[in-house]
Amino acid sequence: MIGEGLTIRGLRVSFDGYTAVDGVDLDVHPGDLRFLIGPNGAGKTTLVDAVTGLVKATGSVRFGTDEGDGTELIGKPVHKIARLGIGRTFQTATVFEELTVLQNLDIAAGAGRGPLTMLRRRKGVPDAVAKALETTGLTELRDRPAGVLAHGQKQWLEIGMLLVQDVRLLLLDEPVAGMSHEEREATGELLQRVSEDSRRTVVVIEHDMDFMRAFARSVTVLHAGKVLSEGTVAEVQADPKVQEVYLGRARDEESTAPAAAGPPGEKPTPTPTASAQEA
Amino acid sequence: MTTTSAPTTTPAPETASERAFDRFRVPGGFALGAVLLLAVAPLALSDFRLALLAKYLCWAMVAVGVSLAWGRGGLLVLGQGVFFGLGGYAMAMHLKLADAADTGVPGALPDFMQLYGTGEALPWWWAPFANPVFALAATVLLPMAVAALLGFFVFRRRVRSAYFAILSQALAAALAIWLVGQQATTGGTNGLTDFQGFFGYDLDDPANQRTVYFIIAVSLLLLMAAARQLFVSRYGELLVAVRNSEERVRFLGYNPANVKLVAYVVAAGMAGLAGALFVPAVGIISPALIGVVPSIGFVIGAAVGGRGSLVGAVLGAIAVAWAQSTLSDAFPAAWTYLQGLLFVLAVGFLPGGLASLGAVVRRNRSRTRTGTRSGEAA
Repeated sequence: MIGEGLTIRGLRVSFDGYTAVDGVDLDVHPGDLRFLIGPNGAGKTTLVDAVTGLVKATGSVRFGTDEGDGTELIGKPVHKIARLGIGRTFQTATVFEELTVLQNLDIAAGAGRGPLTMLRRRKGVPDAVAKALETTGLTELRDRPAGVLAHGQKQWLEIGMLLVQDVRLLLLDEPVAGMSHEEREATGELLQRVSEDSRRTVVVIEHDMDFMRAFARSVTVLHAGKVLSEGTVAEVQADPKVQEVYLGRARDEESTAPAAAGPPGEKPTPTPTASAQEA
Repeated sequence: MTTTSAPTTTPAPETASERAFDRFRVPGGFALGAVLLLAVAPLALSDFRLALLAKYLCWAMVAVGVSLAWGRGGLLVLGQGVFFGLGGYAMAMHLKLADAADTGVPGALPDFMQLYGTGEALPWWWAPFANPVFALAATVLLPMAVAALLGFFVFRRRVRSAYFAILSQALAAALAIWLVGQQATTGGTNGLTDFQGFFGYDLDDPANQRTVYFIIAVSLLLLMAAARQLFVSRYGELLVAVRNSEERVRFLGYNPANVKLVAYVVAAGMAGLAGALFVPAVGIISPALIGVVPSIGFVIGAAVGGRGSLVGAVLGAIAVAWAQSTLSDAFPAAWTYLQGLLFVLAVGFLPGGLASLGAVVRRNRSRTRTGTRSGEAA
């Protein structure tokens, strides 16, 4: 029996009276590639912050794997949550710039190493690291300092770091923001490969609707801290509530809202509604 | 401190001869250092010069710890005087008690207590230092314990960079002020001095002073070897990772507070051992040697030589110590300003210190070259 994946019930996050996440229920099962979308300020990143322990939250977040039943994550410190097999990336790629690609991956693979191993020098390349280099296509660059990598390569390195960590839940915050078209394609294929492993659960926060349509297996729309709609890409696009939110924003703010939501330097991203009407 | 740190990766060697050179560079350099310290210096230097070198090497031992905590871990340890002082006073208290016992008078107090003290019994916290094993262990373990306690609270509360530096500095000031106020039990401003013997050996005998020098030189080499192992170990890589992005390390399942704590505690132990060996070599430990100014001095040597490089930090510490004793005699007022200027220049313009000078020049030259080339292309 495969574990039940991520189960969120009544999640609530407030900052000084402002409620960023307002009673979210969410289930993501292993093998899924779930996209979290929504207008700016919908609470997407805050939701991920709450799951990974970065912000204080109330409610319940459980994550169950095939090895163990879901333990409650709320109230646990960041590094303990990470050790339960939950990993994330950030909007701006955060890698250890002064260390090589190989060293970055080796550190990611090493939480839980004993003190004696830590005090010794690394010999060779651990299997998991070699595999992650292969999967992310960074084998050639392994001895380069991570700081000199291109933007897209840094994001892939981050995903590779999650893979060697052997995380069961990957939470990716806008992994393709600022990427070229080719880099987007490569990233999407990488995410599909990663989520094919039925032990893994992948959640992607994304603003880019083309990217979402091309690679999402399921979609959750957040709006004003609440779940607005959930289902397949087609179901979500056909949902009148979703259309209202995106259309309403478009009406209120003219064409600025979708453009602001899209990645910088790209053509204004079509909203789900717009494309639903096209179809 | 993350953006201004020295590069830690060396480019992969190209040819077989370069690879062979790379393999023998570290053991070869270590052997060379050992020959210089253990054979050349004792033969070439007079007793007076050798004693001065012994003092500089003690400061260099502190720099080894600074190179680990600051150079690798990004922890600006501006209060190493606390740990140097704890080690020094632990050793000095033992030597004072041993001297008093040697007088043959039962229950004799150390000389300064007879002068300034109440003339009553030995303070309870002095008593255990009569035991040589306890005192020796305390020179290293006491600073480490204090650092562990301090670091536990400071790093868990996520006190960082500038605040951490100010806190360390304040502690050094506090310890020095407290010692000055305790004339009767610590010797006050005078500190503890005028030691006769060192574990049964007469400290006035030049031969024994040479032995003290050898103990210090060997200790420095051992500390450098230990630090080098930490640098190249997985722990060393993790420490750099924590300096680069503490938050990211946390999301990988490590507790960065513990990673920093190890570097801080090890550096404190090294400073403690340095302080302990400083006492027989120089013959005094006093608040003036462990307060704010000397604490900054411990860091300046490493900054000038190169905090990211072990050898750079050690040579920098020795050079700055030498410059201090040479120049401060000739221009006592100017030295303080020069010291401050050196620190600012090193941190501001050459963050890798003199050790990185070669790499910086090479990088600039290649940048000019590629610049010309791309200019031609355009």
